[in-house]
Amino acid sequence: MEIHLILIFMICAALFAAETKDLISSLIALSVAGLGLCLAFLILKAPNLAITQLVVEIIYVIILIRATIDKDLPLVRDGRWLFNTVSAMLFAIVFLSFAYFALKEIPVFGQPLMRVSNEYVTSGLEKTGSANIVSAITLNFRSFDALAEAAVLFTAIIGVLAITRKTGKIDEK
Amino acid sequence: MKNKEAPGMSLIVKSVTRLTAGLILIYGIYIVFRGHIGPGGGFAGGVIIALSLVHLMLAFGKDVVLKRLDEARGIIISSLGALAFLILGIVGFLGFKAPFLKERFEHFSAGLIPIYDVVIGVLVSSGLFITFLALVLLTGKREKK
Repeated sequence: MEIHLILIFMICAALFAAETKDLISSLIALSVAGLGLCLAFLILKAPNLAITQLVVEIIYVIILIRATIDKDLPLVRDGRWLFNTVSAMLFAIVFLSFAYFALKEIPVFGQPLMRVSNEYVTSGLEKTGSANIVSAITLNFRSFDALAEAAVLFTAIIGVLAITRKTGKIDEK
Repeated sequence: MKNKEAPGMSLIVKSVTRLTAGLILIYGIYIVFRGHIGPGGGFAGGVIIALSLVHLMLAFGKDVVLKRLDEARGIIISSLGALAFLILGIVGFLGFKAPFLKERFEHFSAGLIPIYDVVIGVLVSSGLFITFLALVLLTGKREKK
């Protein structure tokens, strides 16, 4: 029940973030939607994801506010509101109907416990010694995945630094 | 205001930041080191450490933080974090017929997981702070034009 309330709240916040006129209000609505996602993770009993979501959301809101604080770009609104509204409603109807038929078919969350995940859940503590099953999976059973994730993050940081570098390597004379 | 010319925010913000920035830093380190016991881990703790540096930088201006961790030093620390992850994986090769990323030494608790957490925390904290620094310096340069 609470999860539905939070989902409706997040949809309202996301719609407001998409439709409002100035950038700061849109950012605040976006961060409210992210906070709702954090609460949803807490209700679904995933505190690892909730901590990460909260913290990452704080840092991206700070970066976005810092980047947009004096560049309040006006939005382009021409006279195509009829086409926009009709296409948005059409796509909403299509996606909701597909979601209705697709979500009827999927099993209950985590219900048929697969063989590999059953092994992880039952003997994760003895094999790794980690009481937190999430980090036991991500850093021991699937540590190659964590290595690739670290590589992706490092490459992204290097890319940002290479693009936004102030001065070149060769000093101008 | 006596120090109106000084960079950064007002006196109230600076006084509160003096109290809270160290606590946030310690909390981030705590989250990194207890990643194998409770919720948390290297990524979340690293972001919290980066946030404490961002907090200092927003309150006191960029020169205070740049004295301790500038761009060149940050990229070296971040690279060392990424490299240490790879080296810890290669350690598994030391015994023959052992797979990549296998644990080679017995630890008191949870094997290599806390060490991976610390390494990821180092990588994420310095990397995210450097990214923030690059974005802020870029916008400052654009305003001057």
